[in-house]
Amino acid sequence: MRGSFRDFEHLIRLAGIFVAGLLLFAVARAEFVPDDFGKYGHYRAGAIADVAARPMAYAGRARCTECHEDEVNEAAPAKHKVISCETCHGALLKHADDPAVDVPKADGQALCLRCHAANTGKPTHQPTIVAKEHSDEDSCVSCHKPHDPRMDQE
Amino acid sequence: METTRRDFLMVGTKLLVMTAATAAAFEHVVAGTPEAVTTYSTAEHWWAMLIDIEKCIGGGHCVRACKTENGVLDEPMYFRTWVERYHVNMSDPDHPIVDSPDGGINGFTEKYADGDGKTFFVPKLCNHCADSPCTQVCPVGATFRTNDGVVLIDKDYCVGCRYCVQACPYGCRYLDPRTHTADKCTLCYHRLTKGLVPACVEVCPTGARQIADLKNPNDPAHEFLRTHKIQVLKPQMATGAKVYYNGLDGAVR
Repeated sequence: MRGSFRDFEHLIRLAGIFVAGLLLFAVARAEFVPDDFGKYGHYRAGAIADVAARPMAYAGRARCTECHEDEVNEAAPAKHKVISCETCHGALLKHADDPAVDVPKADGQALCLRCHAANTGKPTHQPTIVAKEHSDEDSCVSCHKPHDPRMDQE
Repeated sequence: METTRRDFLMVGTKLLVMTAATAAAFEHVVAGTPEAVTTYSTAEHWWAMLIDIEKCIGGGHCVRACKTENGVLDEPMYFRTWVERYHVNMSDPDHPIVDSPDGGINGFTEKYADGDGKTFFVPKLCNHCADSPCTQVCPVGATFRTNDGVVLIDKDYCVGCRYCVQACPYGCRYLDPRTHTADKCTLCYHRLTKGLVPACVEVCPTGARQIADLKNPNDPAHEFLRTHKIQVLKPQMATGAKVYYNGLDGAVR
């Protein structure tokens, strides 16, 4: 009987080490895994707020309209009315937050041709030109006003 | 001697259990209440994107706006959205010629003659799949689909193993060399949660890209989806892709 009891003793020691290891794991896990991990799924719930906290660059058309109603009205009768201000003028949230921030000049002809240069890939309803034939590569704005580019205005 | 050792082990075990329990409880106490809930609720939205290929003129405004808004690296090959040009020669429609010079960021120069097959532009971005393979392969829980249907990346958790880059059937992910973490389109989540549209949608001059909240019954997207022939990319992959294309040619991969 004594012999069998000695055999049992080393198992207790082993179990002790095993339990200690499990506890160490539990403590380490409580320490290192954030509380919000697993709140919605197998990820850190706080990561959603981290992504949402990114600063913006584009103000959005509504912000532009707050101050620049004249320009919006100018474009209203023309096809360009559907285009957001920042499509041509660039990202301007900094300007919207502080009007003193300069607005860079829109890049004239290159900008027009990005949409209006003839290209077989463009849908047929898109108005396009070949600059050389259309105006001998003269500046677009010498004839067209960018906000209301129609020729039959006034 | 033997009983003493057993007692020692018993007492030691009890102490350890109590310490662990106390530590766990203390964690919850110091964590306090979760941060205040904003007016945006993930349960009220289900985001998707509509792309009308018949309206896309390949100007690359979306590519530029995306890079500006999200601070994406300027170098080609780092894109959260890009535009591809497909040219399908009718004598060999199964092998379209696809090009995307610098992701289409500066538009496309004329390359094909009129009448020589068909040519069209296909804007691409993360499909924000409902059952995304990329989130399933992440070994550390660093990428996930939110309850409002946007696939995001936790930059703090990403270990840069690139499994997700390989898992995405649409090639929408890349490894950002600045942070050595995976990166991709967030559907401008930082704008959506503030009631604004993604930067690419904001600047698209022809309205070829539209954001859609499918849980909002008043969203015009429902009308668009109902009245157009809609397709997603690689439907056979059963990813639950949520970028819905109108006028998508069978040649598009």
